[in-house]
Amino acid sequence: MTPAPDAVEIAPSTHWIGALDPALRDFDIILKTANGTTYNAYCVRGDAGVAIIDTVKESHAAEFFTRLEQVTRYDEISTIVLNHLEPDHSGALPELMRRAPQAKLYISAKAQLMLKALVRNSELNFNIVKTGDTVDLGGRTLRFFSTPFLHWPDTQCTLVEEQNILFSGDVFGCHFCDARLFNDRVGDFRFSFEYYYQHIMRPFREHVLEALELLEPLTLKIIAPAHGPILREAPRSYLQRYRQLATPLLHNEIGADTKSLLVFYISSYGNTARMAQAVADGAETIAGVRVSLYDLQAAGDLPFVDLIEEADGLAFGSPTINGDAVKPVWDLLSSLAVIKVRDKLGAAFGSYGWSGEAINMIEDRLRGLKLRVPIKGVRAKLIPTEEELERCYDLGKQLAQHLTGNIERKTISMSELLAQEQSHA
Amino acid sequence: MPKANVTFEKLGVTVTVPAGTRLIEISEKVGASITYGCREGECGTCIMRIISGMENMSERSVLEDKVLQENMAGRSDRLACQAQVLGGDITVKA
Ligand code: FES
Ligand SMILES: [Fe+2]
Ligand SMILES: [Fe+2]
Repeated sequence: MTPAPDAVEIAPSTHWIGALDPALRDFDIILKTANGTTYNAYCVRGDAGVAIIDTVKESHAAEFFTRLEQVTRYDEISTIVLNHLEPDHSGALPELMRRAPQAKLYISAKAQLMLKALVRNSELNFNIVKTGDTVDLGGRTLRFFSTPFLHWPDTQCTLVEEQNILFSGDVFGCHFCDARLFNDRVGDFRFSFEYYYQHIMRPFREHVLEALELLEPLTLKIIAPAHGPILREAPRSYLQRYRQLATPLLHNEIGADTKSLLVFYISSYGNTARMAQAVADGAETIAGVRVSLYDLQAAGDLPFVDLIEEADGLAFGSPTINGDAVKPVWDLLSSLAVIKVRDKLGAAFGSYGWSGEAINMIEDRLRGLKLRVPIKGVRAKLIPTEEELERCYDLGKQLAQHLTGNIERKTISMSELLAQEQSHA
Repeated sequence: MPKANVTFEKLGVTVTVPAGTRLIEISEKVGASITYGCREGECGTCIMRIISGMENMSERSVLEDKVLQENMAGRSDRLACQAQVLGGDITVKA
Protein backbone atom coordinates (compact mmCIF):
# COMPACT_ATOMS: atom_id res chain seq x y z
CA MET A 1 0.00 0.00 0.00
CA THR A 2 1.13 3.53 -0.72
CA PRO A 3 2.23 5.11 2.58
CA ALA A 4 0.19 8.03 3.86
CA PRO A 5 1.43 11.00 1.87
CA ASP A 6 2.60 14.39 3.04
CA ALA A 7 0.50 17.35 1.99
CA VAL A 8 -0.15 16.88 -1.72
CA GLU A 9 -0.10 19.69 -4.24
CA ILE A 10 -3.21 19.39 -6.41
CA ALA A 11 -2.52 22.61 -8.36
CA PRO A 12 0.11 25.33 -7.97
CA SER A 13 0.09 26.48 -4.31
CA THR A 14 -3.07 24.53 -3.59
CA HIS A 15 -2.69 21.47 -1.38
CA TRP A 16 -4.63 18.56 -0.05
CA ILE A 17 -4.09 18.50 3.72
CA GLY A 18 -6.76 16.00 4.74
CA ALA A 19 -6.64 12.75 6.67
CA LEU A 20 -6.99 9.08 5.80
CA ASP A 21 -9.22 6.78 7.81
CA PRO A 22 -8.55 3.35 6.29
CA ALA A 23 -9.93 1.38 9.25
CA LEU A 24 -13.46 2.78 9.10
CA ARG A 25 -16.14 0.27 8.05
CA ASP A 26 -19.41 1.90 9.11
CA PHE A 27 -20.09 5.56 8.56
CA ASP A 28 -22.91 7.21 10.54
CA ILE A 29 -24.38 3.73 11.18
CA ILE A 30 -26.16 3.59 7.84
CA LEU A 31 -23.23 3.57 5.43
CA LYS A 32 -20.74 0.83 4.81
CA THR A 33 -17.33 1.27 3.31
CA ALA A 34 -15.05 -1.51 2.16
CA ASN A 35 -11.78 0.32 2.66
CA GLY A 36 -12.42 3.32 4.87
CA THR A 37 -12.75 6.94 3.90
CA THR A 38 -10.81 10.17 3.72
CA TYR A 39 -11.62 13.53 5.25
CA ASN A 40 -10.35 15.94 2.65
CA ALA A 41 -9.27 19.40 3.65
CA TYR A 42 -7.38 21.83 1.46
CA CYS A 43 -5.07 24.81 1.66
CA VAL A 44 -5.14 27.58 -0.95
CA ARG A 45 -2.28 30.08 -0.95
CA GLY A 46 -2.65 33.53 -2.49
CA ASP A 47 -0.28 36.51 -2.45
CA ALA A 48 -2.24 38.20 0.29
CA GLY A 49 -3.52 35.33 2.36
CA VAL A 50 -3.92 31.62 2.93
CA ALA A 51 -7.26 29.84 3.06
CA ILE A 52 -8.05 26.53 4.71
CA ILE A 53 -11.04 24.78 3.19
CA ASP A 54 -12.77 22.39 5.60
CA THR A 55 -11.15 20.40 8.39
CA VAL A 56 -11.38 16.75 9.43
CA LYS A 57 -12.98 14.50 12.03
CA GLU A 58 -11.68 15.33 15.48
CA SER A 59 -10.03 11.92 15.91
CA HIS A 60 -7.88 12.67 12.86
CA ALA A 61 -6.96 16.24 13.75
CA ALA A 62 -3.29 15.49 14.44
CA GLU A 63 -2.78 14.16 10.92
CA PHE A 64 -4.50 17.22 9.48
CA PHE A 65 -2.41 19.70 11.47
CA THR A 66 0.79 17.89 10.51
CA ARG A 67 -0.01 18.31 6.82
CA LEU A 68 -1.25 21.84 7.31
CA GLU A 69 2.04 22.81 8.95
CA GLN A 70 3.94 21.48 5.93
CA VAL A 71 2.37 24.15 3.74
CA THR A 72 1.58 27.12 5.95
CA ARG A 73 2.24 28.86 9.27
CA TYR A 74 -0.80 29.47 11.42
CA ASP A 75 -0.29 33.23 11.42
CA GLU A 76 -0.48 33.27 7.62
CA ILE A 77 -3.98 31.83 7.58
CA SER A 78 -6.39 34.63 6.74
CA THR A 79 -9.42 32.60 5.81
CA ILE A 80 -11.20 29.44 6.89
CA VAL A 81 -14.07 28.11 4.81
CA LEU A 82 -16.37 25.40 6.03
CA ASN A 83 -18.52 24.01 3.25
CA HIS A 84 -20.45 21.80 5.65
CA LEU A 85 -20.47 21.61 9.44
CA GLU A 86 -21.02 17.94 10.05
CA PRO A 87 -18.48 16.68 12.62
CA ASP A 88 -16.48 14.75 10.01
CA HIS A 89 -15.52 18.14 8.54
CA SER A 90 -15.74 20.51 11.47
CA GLY A 91 -14.09 18.30 14.08
CA ALA A 92 -10.78 20.14 14.00
CA LEU A 93 -12.31 23.60 13.54
CA PRO A 94 -12.30 24.76 17.18
CA GLU A 95 -8.61 23.86 17.49
CA LEU A 96 -7.77 25.46 14.15
CA MET A 97 -9.49 28.66 15.27
CA ARG A 98 -7.45 28.61 18.47
CA ARG A 99 -4.23 28.24 16.52
CA ALA A 100 -5.15 30.83 13.89
CA PRO A 101 -7.26 33.34 15.83
CA GLN A 102 -6.83 36.04 13.19
CA ALA A 103 -8.45 33.94 10.46
CA LYS A 104 -11.92 34.88 9.26
CA LEU A 105 -14.44 32.07 9.07
CA TYR A 106 -16.81 31.85 6.09
CA ILE A 107 -19.93 29.70 6.27
CA SER A 108 -23.42 29.58 4.78
CA ALA A 109 -26.35 31.22 6.57
CA LYS A 110 -27.83 27.88 7.51
CA ALA A 111 -24.58 26.82 9.12
CA GLN A 112 -24.82 29.40 11.92
CA LEU A 113 -26.93 27.34 14.25
CA MET A 114 -24.74 24.33 13.85
CA LEU A 115 -21.64 26.39 14.35
CA LYS A 116 -22.99 27.76 17.60
CA ALA A 117 -23.79 24.27 18.81
CA LEU A 118 -20.33 23.13 17.84
CA VAL A 119 -18.17 25.94 19.09
CA ARG A 120 -19.54 27.08 22.42
CA ASN A 121 -18.13 30.52 22.31
CA SER A 122 -20.40 33.54 22.39
CA GLU A 123 -17.76 35.80 20.89
CA LEU A 124 -17.56 33.68 17.82
CA ASN A 125 -16.89 35.71 14.69
CA PHE A 126 -17.93 34.48 11.31
CA ASN A 127 -19.04 35.76 7.93
CA ILE A 128 -22.09 34.52 6.12
CA VAL A 129 -21.68 33.94 2.41
CA LYS A 130 -24.06 33.10 -0.41
CA THR A 131 -23.87 32.44 -4.14
CA GLY A 132 -21.73 35.03 -5.86
CA ASP A 133 -19.81 36.22 -2.79
CA THR A 134 -16.04 36.13 -3.09
CA VAL A 135 -12.95 36.34 -0.95
CA ASP A 136 -9.75 37.70 -2.47
CA LEU A 137 -6.56 35.98 -1.36
CA GLY A 138 -4.36 37.91 -3.81
CA GLY A 139 -4.19 36.18 -7.18
CA ARG A 140 -6.58 33.56 -5.86
CA THR A 141 -10.29 34.26 -5.56
CA LEU A 142 -12.66 32.05 -3.65
CA ARG A 143 -16.20 32.14 -4.99
CA PHE A 144 -19.07 30.62 -3.05
CA PHE A 145 -22.09 28.70 -4.26
CA SER A 146 -25.06 27.98 -2.01
CA THR A 147 -26.02 24.38 -2.56
CA PRO A 148 -28.31 23.72 0.40
CA PHE A 149 -29.53 20.28 1.43
CA LEU A 150 -26.70 18.36 -0.14
CA HIS A 151 -27.14 16.68 2.28
CA TRP A 152 -27.60 19.16 5.16
CA PRO A 153 -29.25 22.57 5.16
CA ASP A 154 -25.85 24.22 5.46
CA THR A 155 -23.96 22.74 2.52
CA GLN A 156 -22.14 24.99 0.05
CA CYS A 157 -19.38 24.71 -2.56
CA THR A 158 -16.32 26.92 -2.99
CA LEU A 159 -14.52 27.59 -6.26
CA VAL A 160 -10.95 28.81 -6.75
CA GLU A 161 -11.63 30.93 -9.81
CA GLU A 162 -8.11 31.19 -11.19
CA GLN A 163 -7.56 27.45 -10.94
CA ASN A 164 -11.05 26.16 -11.74
CA ILE A 165 -10.99 23.98 -8.66
CA LEU A 166 -14.31 23.28 -7.00
CA PHE A 167 -14.26 22.32 -3.33
CA SER A 168 -17.59 20.57 -3.28
CA GLY A 169 -17.99 19.28 0.28
CA ASP A 170 -19.84 15.98 0.49
CA VAL A 171 -21.21 16.47 -3.02
CA PHE A 172 -19.35 14.30 -5.56
CA GLY A 173 -17.65 12.60 -2.64
CA CYS A 174 -17.59 8.98 -1.59
CA HIS A 175 -16.26 6.81 1.18
CA PHE A 176 -13.16 5.33 -0.37
CA CYS A 177 -9.73 5.47 1.14
CA ASP A 178 -6.75 5.34 -1.15
CA ALA A 179 -3.53 7.21 -0.46
CA ARG A 180 -3.01 7.72 -4.18
CA LEU A 181 -5.75 10.38 -3.83
CA PHE A 182 -6.54 11.18 -7.47
CA ASN A 183 -9.31 9.53 -9.46
CA ASP A 184 -6.92 8.54 -12.24
CA ARG A 185 -4.61 6.77 -9.79
CA VAL A 186 -6.75 5.17 -7.07
CA GLY A 187 -8.42 1.76 -7.32
CA ASP A 188 -11.80 1.32 -8.95
CA PHE A 189 -14.09 3.43 -6.77
CA ARG A 190 -17.10 3.72 -9.07
CA PHE A 191 -19.33 1.62 -6.81
CA SER A 192 -18.49 3.82 -3.83
CA PHE A 193 -19.41 6.93 -5.77
CA GLU A 194 -22.77 5.45 -6.75
CA TYR A 195 -23.42 4.08 -3.28
CA TYR A 196 -22.69 7.42 -1.68
CA TYR A 197 -25.06 9.18 -4.03
CA GLN A 198 -27.81 6.61 -3.44
CA HIS A 199 -27.60 6.87 0.33
CA ILE A 200 -26.66 10.46 0.97
CA MET A 201 -27.79 12.62 -1.92
CA ARG A 202 -30.76 10.75 -3.32
CA PRO A 203 -33.33 11.97 -0.77
CA PHE A 204 -32.46 15.51 -1.91
CA ARG A 205 -32.84 14.95 -5.61
CA GLU A 206 -34.53 18.28 -6.28
CA HIS A 207 -31.74 20.10 -4.50
CA VAL A 208 -29.19 18.15 -6.52
CA LEU A 209 -30.82 19.43 -9.69
CA GLU A 210 -30.80 23.00 -8.39
CA ALA A 211 -27.14 22.74 -7.47
CA LEU A 212 -26.29 21.34 -10.90
CA GLU A 213 -27.88 24.39 -12.50
CA LEU A 214 -25.35 26.48 -10.58
CA LEU A 215 -22.33 24.27 -11.12
CA GLU A 216 -22.74 23.01 -14.68
CA PRO A 217 -21.94 26.35 -16.33
CA LEU A 218 -18.56 26.50 -14.56
CA THR A 219 -15.30 25.59 -16.20
CA LEU A 220 -13.96 22.90 -13.94
CA LYS A 221 -10.52 21.40 -13.95
CA ILE A 222 -10.67 19.67 -10.62
CA ILE A 223 -13.51 18.71 -8.35
CA ALA A 224 -12.12 18.33 -4.85
CA PRO A 225 -14.77 16.77 -2.61
CA ALA A 226 -14.60 16.31 1.15
CA HIS A 227 -14.43 12.50 0.96
CA GLY A 228 -12.75 10.09 -1.39
CA PRO A 229 -10.79 10.64 -4.58
CA ILE A 230 -10.01 14.08 -5.98
CA LEU A 231 -11.63 14.21 -9.42
CA ARG A 232 -9.14 15.68 -11.86
CA GLU A 233 -9.61 13.27 -14.75
CA ALA A 234 -12.86 14.05 -16.61
CA PRO A 235 -14.39 16.06 -13.75
CA ARG A 236 -17.46 16.91 -15.82
CA SER A 237 -18.43 13.27 -16.09
CA TYR A 238 -19.24 13.33 -12.38
CA LEU A 239 -21.62 16.23 -12.86
CA GLN A 240 -23.21 14.36 -15.72
CA ARG A 241 -23.60 11.27 -13.59
CA TYR A 242 -25.32 13.31 -10.86
CA ARG A 243 -27.58 14.80 -13.51
CA GLN A 244 -28.54 11.34 -14.74
CA LEU A 245 -29.13 10.00 -11.27
CA ALA A 246 -31.25 12.94 -10.19
CA THR A 247 -33.44 13.27 -13.27
CA PRO A 248 -36.91 11.76 -12.91
CA LEU A 249 -37.79 9.47 -15.78
CA LEU A 250 -41.41 8.55 -15.28
CA HIS A 251 -42.71 11.76 -16.76
CA ASN A 252 -41.03 11.05 -20.06
CA GLU A 253 -43.61 8.31 -20.34
CA ILE A 254 -46.75 9.68 -18.80
CA GLY A 255 -46.46 13.40 -19.43
CA ALA A 256 -45.58 16.09 -16.98
CA ASP A 257 -49.14 16.75 -15.81
CA THR A 258 -50.16 13.17 -15.16
CA LYS A 259 -50.09 12.08 -11.54
CA SER A 260 -48.99 8.65 -10.50
CA LEU A 261 -50.86 6.74 -7.80
CA LEU A 262 -49.47 3.43 -6.56
CA VAL A 263 -51.72 1.00 -4.74
CA PHE A 264 -49.83 -1.65 -2.77
CA TYR A 265 -51.56 -4.47 -1.01
CA ILE A 266 -51.02 -7.81 0.56
CA SER A 267 -53.83 -10.21 1.20
CA SER A 268 -54.16 -13.64 2.77
CA TYR A 269 -57.75 -14.52 1.74
CA GLY A 270 -58.26 -12.13 -1.11
CA ASN A 271 -60.25 -9.64 0.97
CA THR A 272 -57.71 -6.86 1.09
CA ALA A 273 -56.97 -7.62 -2.57
CA ARG A 274 -60.58 -6.88 -3.49
CA MET A 275 -60.45 -3.66 -1.55
CA ALA A 276 -57.24 -2.70 -3.38
CA GLN A 277 -58.94 -3.32 -6.70
CA ALA A 278 -61.81 -1.08 -5.65
CA VAL A 279 -59.41 1.70 -4.59
CA ALA A 280 -57.67 1.44 -7.94
CA ASP A 281 -60.97 1.38 -9.86
CA GLY A 282 -62.18 4.48 -8.05
CA ALA A 283 -58.96 6.33 -8.77
CA GLU A 284 -59.10 5.30 -12.42
CA THR A 285 -62.27 7.31 -12.92
CA ILE A 286 -60.32 10.54 -12.50
CA ALA A 287 -58.62 11.81 -15.63
CA GLY A 288 -54.95 12.71 -15.33
CA VAL A 289 -54.03 10.00 -12.84
CA ARG A 290 -52.13 6.88 -13.72
CA VAL A 291 -52.96 4.10 -11.28
CA SER A 292 -50.71 1.09 -10.68
CA LEU A 293 -51.65 -1.89 -8.54
CA TYR A 294 -49.01 -4.10 -6.92
CA ASP A 295 -49.16 -7.20 -4.75
CA LEU A 296 -46.47 -6.94 -2.08
CA GLN A 297 -46.39 -10.71 -1.81
CA ALA A 298 -44.14 -10.56 -4.83
CA ALA A 299 -42.09 -7.68 -3.44
CA GLY A 300 -38.75 -9.42 -2.91
CA ASP A 301 -36.24 -7.37 -4.80
CA LEU A 302 -38.68 -5.45 -6.95
CA PRO A 303 -37.74 -1.80 -7.27
CA PHE A 304 -40.77 -0.48 -5.41
CA VAL A 305 -38.64 2.19 -3.74
CA ASP A 306 -37.73 3.54 -7.18
CA LEU A 307 -41.39 3.60 -8.20
CA ILE A 308 -42.40 5.33 -4.99
CA GLU A 309 -39.74 7.98 -5.51
CA GLU A 310 -41.51 9.19 -8.63
CA ALA A 311 -45.09 8.62 -7.51
CA ASP A 312 -47.41 11.34 -6.24
CA GLY A 313 -49.71 9.18 -4.15
CA LEU A 314 -49.39 5.91 -2.26
CA ALA A 315 -52.10 3.67 -0.87
CA PHE A 316 -51.27 0.68 1.30
CA GLY A 317 -53.60 -2.23 1.94
CA SER A 318 -52.80 -4.63 4.73
CA PRO A 319 -54.79 -7.11 6.76
CA THR A 320 -54.49 -6.76 10.52
CA ILE A 321 -52.85 -9.84 11.96
CA ASN A 322 -52.26 -10.02 15.70
CA GLY A 323 -52.98 -6.34 15.98
CA ASP A 324 -50.43 -5.24 13.42
CA ALA A 325 -49.95 -4.64 9.73
CA VAL A 326 -47.95 -7.41 8.09
CA LYS A 327 -44.21 -7.49 7.61
CA PRO A 328 -43.95 -6.84 3.85
CA VAL A 329 -45.77 -3.54 4.40
CA TRP A 330 -43.42 -2.51 7.20
CA ASP A 331 -40.43 -3.66 5.19
CA LEU A 332 -41.39 -1.37 2.36
CA LEU A 333 -42.28 1.51 4.68
CA SER A 334 -38.93 1.23 6.41
CA SER A 335 -36.91 1.42 3.20
CA LEU A 336 -38.05 4.87 2.20
CA ALA A 337 -35.40 6.85 4.04
CA VAL A 338 -33.25 7.02 0.92
CA ILE A 339 -35.84 8.90 -1.11
CA LYS A 340 -37.95 11.97 -0.63
CA VAL A 341 -41.55 11.12 0.23
CA ARG A 342 -42.53 14.30 2.04
CA ASP A 343 -45.74 15.85 0.75
CA LYS A 344 -46.81 12.87 -1.28
CA LEU A 345 -50.35 11.75 -0.54
CA GLY A 346 -50.89 8.60 1.50
CA ALA A 347 -53.78 6.35 2.42
CA ALA A 348 -54.41 2.98 4.03
CA PHE A 349 -57.04 0.29 3.90
CA GLY A 350 -57.48 -3.36 4.75
CA SER A 351 -59.53 -6.21 6.02
CA TYR A 352 -59.35 -7.57 9.55
CA GLY A 353 -60.53 -10.43 11.73
CA TRP A 354 -61.49 -9.00 15.09
CA SER A 355 -59.65 -5.66 15.23
CA GLY A 356 -58.29 -3.44 12.50
CA GLU A 357 -55.33 -1.60 13.99
CA ALA A 358 -53.20 -1.92 10.88
CA ILE A 359 -54.91 0.97 9.12
CA ASN A 360 -54.20 3.43 11.91
CA MET A 361 -50.66 2.23 12.28
CA ILE A 362 -49.92 2.61 8.60
CA GLU A 363 -51.48 6.06 8.54
CA ASP A 364 -49.36 7.11 11.51
CA ARG A 365 -46.25 5.83 9.81
CA LEU A 366 -47.15 7.71 6.63
CA ARG A 367 -47.61 10.91 8.62
CA GLY A 368 -44.33 10.21 10.34
CA LEU A 369 -42.73 10.05 6.91
CA LYS A 370 -44.31 13.47 6.28
CA LEU A 371 -46.84 12.36 3.76
CA ARG A 372 -50.21 14.02 3.76
CA VAL A 373 -53.00 11.67 4.74
CA PRO A 374 -56.07 13.66 3.81
CA ILE A 375 -58.62 10.86 3.69
CA LYS A 376 -59.53 8.49 6.45
CA GLY A 377 -58.69 4.88 5.62
CA VAL A 378 -61.22 2.12 5.07
CA ARG A 379 -61.46 -1.02 7.17
CA ALA A 380 -63.60 -4.06 6.47
CA LYS A 381 -64.34 -6.92 8.81
CA LEU A 382 -63.28 -10.09 6.97
CA ILE A 383 -65.09 -10.13 3.64
CA PRO A 384 -65.77 -6.58 2.51
CA THR A 385 -69.44 -5.82 1.93
CA GLU A 386 -70.66 -3.99 -1.14
CA GLU A 387 -70.88 -0.87 0.99
CA GLU A 388 -67.29 -1.21 2.18
CA LEU A 389 -66.04 -1.79 -1.35
CA GLU A 390 -67.95 1.31 -2.32
CA ARG A 391 -66.05 3.23 0.37
CA CYS A 392 -62.77 1.88 -1.01
CA TYR A 393 -63.83 3.04 -4.45
CA ASP A 394 -64.52 6.48 -2.97
CA LEU A 395 -61.21 6.49 -1.18
CA GLY A 396 -59.42 5.88 -4.48
CA LYS A 397 -61.50 8.50 -6.22
CA GLN A 398 -60.92 11.14 -3.57
CA LEU A 399 -57.21 10.42 -3.45
CA ALA A 400 -57.03 10.87 -7.20
CA GLN A 401 -58.99 14.10 -6.91
CA HIS A 402 -56.54 15.36 -4.34
CA LEU A 403 -53.70 14.46 -6.68
CA THR A 404 -55.15 16.45 -9.53
CA GLY A 405 -56.00 19.34 -7.25
CA ASN A 406 -59.70 18.81 -7.88
CA ILE A 407 -60.78 18.58 -4.32
CA GLU A 408 -64.11 19.21 -2.82
CA ARG A 409 -63.33 21.77 -0.18
CA LYS A 410 -64.81 20.87 3.15
CA THR A 411 -65.29 22.34 6.57
CA ILE A 412 -65.04 20.44 9.78
CA SER A 413 -64.96 21.41 13.44
CA MET A 414 -62.23 20.56 15.85
CA SER A 415 -64.63 18.48 17.94
CA GLU A 416 -65.65 16.45 14.89
CA LEU A 417 -61.98 15.88 14.14
CA LEU A 418 -61.39 14.65 17.66
CA ALA A 419 -64.46 12.42 17.54
CA GLN A 420 -63.26 10.95 14.23
CA GLU A 421 -59.98 10.13 15.82
CA GLN A 422 -61.68 8.42 18.76
CA SER A 423 -63.84 6.20 16.59
CA HIS A 424 -60.84 5.46 14.46
CA ALA A 425 -58.60 4.37 17.29
CA MET B 1 -66.52 30.61 23.07
CA PRO B 2 -64.97 32.63 20.23
CA LYS B 3 -64.12 30.56 17.18
CA ALA B 4 -61.57 30.75 14.43
CA ASN B 5 -61.63 29.19 10.97
CA VAL B 6 -58.33 27.78 9.82
CA THR B 7 -58.09 26.80 6.17
CA PHE B 8 -55.36 24.48 4.97
CA GLU B 9 -55.02 25.56 1.38
CA LYS B 10 -53.38 22.51 -0.22
CA LEU B 11 -55.49 20.10 1.76
CA GLY B 12 -58.70 21.93 0.97
CA VAL B 13 -60.00 21.67 4.52
CA THR B 14 -61.26 24.39 6.82
CA VAL B 15 -61.34 23.61 10.52
CA THR B 16 -63.42 25.54 13.00
CA VAL B 17 -61.57 25.71 16.29
CA PRO B 18 -61.87 27.42 19.65
CA ALA B 19 -59.83 30.62 19.86
CA GLY B 20 -56.45 30.02 21.43
CA THR B 21 -55.80 26.69 19.71
CA ARG B 22 -52.25 26.15 18.55
CA LEU B 23 -51.77 25.44 14.87
CA ILE B 24 -49.79 22.31 15.59
CA GLU B 25 -52.83 20.70 17.21
CA ILE B 26 -55.03 21.38 14.20
CA SER B 27 -52.55 20.52 11.49
CA GLU B 28 -51.70 17.18 13.00
CA LYS B 29 -55.34 16.21 13.38
CA VAL B 30 -56.28 17.00 9.79
CA GLY B 31 -53.11 15.50 8.29
CA ALA B 32 -51.80 18.71 6.75
CA SER B 33 -48.28 18.68 5.38
CA ILE B 34 -46.57 20.66 8.12
CA THR B 35 -43.74 18.75 9.71
CA TYR B 36 -42.46 19.10 13.22
CA GLY B 37 -39.12 18.58 14.85
CA CYS B 38 -38.58 19.81 18.39
CA ARG B 39 -42.19 21.03 18.90
CA GLU B 40 -40.77 23.66 21.20
CA GLY B 41 -40.02 26.52 18.89
CA GLU B 42 -36.32 25.91 18.57
CA CYS B 43 -35.50 24.01 15.40
CA GLY B 44 -37.48 25.86 12.74
CA THR B 45 -38.71 22.65 11.10
CA CYS B 46 -42.34 23.71 11.30
CA ILE B 47 -42.06 27.00 9.43
CA MET B 48 -45.27 27.57 7.48
CA ARG B 49 -46.60 30.33 5.31
CA ILE B 50 -49.70 32.27 6.31
CA ILE B 51 -51.56 33.21 3.13
CA SER B 52 -54.03 35.43 4.90
CA GLY B 53 -55.20 36.31 8.37
CA MET B 54 -51.89 37.02 10.05
CA GLU B 55 -53.72 39.63 12.13
CA ASN B 56 -55.76 36.78 13.59
CA MET B 57 -52.71 35.00 14.93
CA SER B 58 -50.92 35.44 18.25
CA GLU B 59 -47.92 37.78 18.25
CA ARG B 60 -44.52 36.25 17.65
CA SER B 61 -42.71 35.60 20.90
CA VAL B 62 -39.09 36.70 21.21
CA LEU B 63 -37.96 33.11 20.76
CA GLU B 64 -40.15 32.50 17.72
CA ASP B 65 -38.96 35.72 16.17
CA LYS B 66 -35.35 34.72 16.70
CA VAL B 67 -35.78 31.26 15.20
CA LEU B 68 -37.68 32.66 12.21
CA GLN B 69 -34.93 35.18 11.56
CA GLU B 70 -32.21 32.60 11.85
CA ASN B 71 -34.00 30.56 9.24
CA MET B 72 -34.42 33.58 7.01
CA ALA B 73 -38.17 33.26 7.10
CA GLY B 74 -40.32 35.98 5.58
CA ARG B 75 -42.86 38.22 7.26
CA SER B 76 -45.72 35.88 6.43
CA ASP B 77 -44.00 32.87 7.94
CA ARG B 78 -44.68 31.46 11.38
CA LEU B 79 -43.69 28.49 13.47
CA ALA B 80 -46.68 26.19 13.49
CA CYS B 81 -45.70 24.74 16.86
CA GLN B 82 -45.83 28.19 18.45
CA ALA B 83 -48.48 30.23 16.68
CA GLN B 84 -51.98 30.30 18.12
CA VAL B 85 -55.16 31.31 16.36
CA LEU B 86 -57.07 34.12 18.02
CA GLY B 87 -60.28 34.26 15.97
CA GLY B 88 -61.58 35.10 12.50
CA ASP B 89 -60.28 33.49 9.31
CA ILE B 90 -56.78 32.25 8.69
CA THR B 91 -55.44 30.51 5.61
CA VAL B 92 -52.18 28.60 5.69
CA LYS B 93 -50.28 27.13 2.79
CA ALA B 94 -50.30 23.45 3.70
S1 FES C 1 -41.10 22.09 15.53
FE1 FES C 1 -39.16 22.95 16.05
S2 FES C 1 -39.64 25.03 15.86
FE2 FES C 1 -41.57 24.17 15.60
FE1 LIG D 1 -22.06 15.25 5.60
FE1 LIG E 1 -19.03 14.23 5.14
